[in-house]
Amino acid sequence: MPGYTTHECDVLVVGAGGAGLRAAIEASAAGAKVAVVTKSLLGKAHTVMAEGGMAAAMGNVDDRDNWRVHFADTMRGGQYLNNWRMAELHAKEAPARVKELESWGAIFDRTQDGRILQRNFGGHRYPRLAHVGDRTGLEMIRTLQDHGIHQGIDFHMETTLLTLLVSGGRCVGGFGYERERGRYLLFLAKAVVLATGGIGRAFQITSNSWEYTGDGQSLAYHAGAALRDCEFVQFHPTGMVWPPSVRGILVTEGVRGEGGVLRNNQGKRFMFDDVPENYRSSTADNPEEGWRYTQGDKNARRPPELLTRDHVARCIRREVQAGRGSPHGGVFLDIAWIKEKLPNSVEHIKKKLPSMYHQFKQLADLDITQTPMEVGPTTHYFMGGIQVDGDTQMTSVEGLFAAGECAAGLHGANRLGGNSLSDLLVFGKRAGEHAAGFSRDRAAVGAAAVQDQIDAAIRRAEAPFERGTSGENPFALQHELQEMMQKWVGIVRTQSEMEQALAKLQELRRKAERVGVGGNREYNNGWHTALDLDSLLTVSELVARAGAERTESRGGHFRDDFPAKDEAWGKVNLEIRRGPDGAPQLRKVPVVAMPADLQQAIEENK
Amino acid sequence: MASATQSAPHPAAGSTTAGGAAQPRSATFRIWRGNDNQGGYVDFTTEVQEGMVVLDAVHHIQATQAPDLAVRWNCKAGKCGSCSAEINGMPKLMCMTRLNSLDLTQPVTIEPMRTFPHVKDLVTDVSWNYRTKERIAPFQPKAPEADGTWRESQSDVDRPQEFRKCIECFLCQDVCHVLREHHMHDQFVGPRFLIHIAQLEMNPLDEGDRLKELKDDFNIGYCNITKCCTKVCPEGIHITDNGIIPLKERVVDRFYDPLGGLWRGRKKK
Repeated sequence: MPGYTTHECDVLVVGAGGAGLRAAIEASAAGAKVAVVTKSLLGKAHTVMAEGGMAAAMGNVDDRDNWRVHFADTMRGGQYLNNWRMAELHAKEAPARVKELESWGAIFDRTQDGRILQRNFGGHRYPRLAHVGDRTGLEMIRTLQDHGIHQGIDFHMETTLLTLLVSGGRCVGGFGYERERGRYLLFLAKAVVLATGGIGRAFQITSNSWEYTGDGQSLAYHAGAALRDCEFVQFHPTGMVWPPSVRGILVTEGVRGEGGVLRNNQGKRFMFDDVPENYRSSTADNPEEGWRYTQGDKNARRPPELLTRDHVARCIRREVQAGRGSPHGGVFLDIAWIKEKLPNSVEHIKKKLPSMYHQFKQLADLDITQTPMEVGPTTHYFMGGIQVDGDTQMTSVEGLFAAGECAAGLHGANRLGGNSLSDLLVFGKRAGEHAAGFSRDRAAVGAAAVQDQIDAAIRRAEAPFERGTSGENPFALQHELQEMMQKWVGIVRTQSEMEQALAKLQELRRKAERVGVGGNREYNNGWHTALDLDSLLTVSELVARAGAERTESRGGHFRDDFPAKDEAWGKVNLEIRRGPDGAPQLRKVPVVAMPADLQQAIEENK
Repeated sequence: MASATQSAPHPAAGSTTAGGAAQPRSATFRIWRGNDNQGGYVDFTTEVQEGMVVLDAVHHIQATQAPDLAVRWNCKAGKCGSCSAEINGMPKLMCMTRLNSLDLTQPVTIEPMRTFPHVKDLVTDVSWNYRTKERIAPFQPKAPEADGTWRESQSDVDRPQEFRKCIECFLCQDVCHVLREHHMHDQFVGPRFLIHIAQLEMNPLDEGDRLKELKDDFNIGYCNITKCCTKVCPEGIHITDNGIIPLKERVVDRFYDPLGGLWRGRKKK
């Protein structure tokens, strides 16, 4: 059996996007010896693609904003299935996390009076997103990276975990491989923080990069941790739809925040036709008012294009289904029209949305300052994930923490744009702090205690080579899974389709057991793809199982056979664990009652 | 409305029909394969469609003909800077290089960046860049104002913001003569890190001073301003004009200007 090298640390952080880096920095500052493993090179994680900004009620642009409004917005966006404690901590702590980022070298866009500029975004009552043009994620990850490399953290780039190691009910490390040479690595740790991001690669049309195969969710699930809210997948309303090779790439909500409007092929702004009841009083009823809102008029209400993502995505789908879509199966997103309002619109658009300008110019031969874009829904974010304690981010497995997209709770049934970047910072910090604290009182466990788990992981990892190129092609299998999930567990769902999906997943699971690759372990993308299949199949099953269970429509989960909200379902979260037989076990968990003060914050912001 | 989204015909003749529908055809990609610099070109012929980029073709080849083909990529949207390679001899991001910008009647050559140690196929060892950054003194903010925050005007931050657009694709390092031809990795940090230093030095909040290191350790003097780095930057950063030349001027003012001594000790910004 191939050998491995051993690394010992206090805290092992899995993932180096915003949450992982922030956790590592915090744990290190608390005196812990920290190791970070990251599937890609440093600075390349999906955080880098975040565009619009990070939500924090600093009130720099509109001083009526405060944490209570942000809290209420987050809960309403999440349809009240959120972990309210997380929503509270997030709203209270986000401003300090943003300012801290500035003290580490981030350079945000500025207001006229020299403070951090904030922009409008869907579901946020006031301009709340601190941003840098439309490349806020790059600013954030680079700042954390450049700060983190001077903190004595041990970074293992292009390293993937195959399994978590559990001894005596406690998580004591992880076992994985590095891509470059294919060497196996053992990490013995006193606490582990999962910060692995999302599951977007389970779907065909996605804004997510190759890494987002649900590794953290799957690792935690197999280690015995509880997951929750797995039925809630966010389909971002605006992804590119043409040319085919770029289908799914994100078009930032910032386009709409800057005044961009959605139109169907009849030139109609269809979003005015369908405004949900609970947003009606805060939504503009004519285009002029909507425009004034995007330009900072405090007396204007937001345009319907800035309603929550789940709703906008479904309206776009409806237009396309009704034959009112654009030539390539989307609708039109028009920012060029603002030339009617602004004499310098071309320069203005290029300054406010530089990456979007660049992206469309280069990939679609389209100048967004002159021509409307074609956009359609794309798989973007997983609201569900690993269940955590709101204060400490500890999972139901002792010593195992989770933060960022792979953890669940903050966003409930639907995430507001901009709440993800601030989530990474607020809960990355908390996870790092509490993981370091946890590690302080614990003794390390030796490799002998987990040797059988290590041996099993190596055997599973080596198996595709034994089957060789006569086995199933890992790329073909991944494509088959993605197509199936897109078709049957996508933006609109039904019982029969999800049951078909679950049956198909069993078949794909059997195929995955026959997957084979040639060559050796050195930077072998076929092998990596084969190893990622297990995570993808696991999270796909959790999404389909939870989706089939929730017989109502809410947030990111929309069912054609149950198109309305059901009050009873509004009071429960679905928890999933791995049962003794290896199959997922679902449990309805009543939503915990909110303290009076938080209830009042919601009432006063209705 | 509908006509607005139909793009003009593409330069690569025959890639679209009159109606704008995709017309599949094939092209040959000459990909460098091997380990640790031992290897050679292998031709792969694959179907191509309208709108495809080089990375799509590489993925298609990987999925159907060569599953163990090594390629590093992430976002496929020009935002992460992972898929740098040399395409027909030009350093580019594979994800942002449209096939219709290439002559598909000839094989398209794809090879790894040649300035870094080779690992396998299209993947190189870029870890030197990460080690180099650690040698540069980090951001050192001045004390905030009474309310704990800083005031800065947008016009003051425009300059460092340009350099912070860098996605660390290292294409500028790949073409830099000092690194590529003269292999002076131990003495020179390369354009990527000169603009990293520039964004720190030009940040109005930063109180660090990296000029001595720039002159003595990072040897900014080795740059002879051929601007190759600027030409290949996928973010369009004016690396030489806005970053390196002003830094060179600061070094000259500090260390070579006979009157420079009078200014020493004064605020550098």
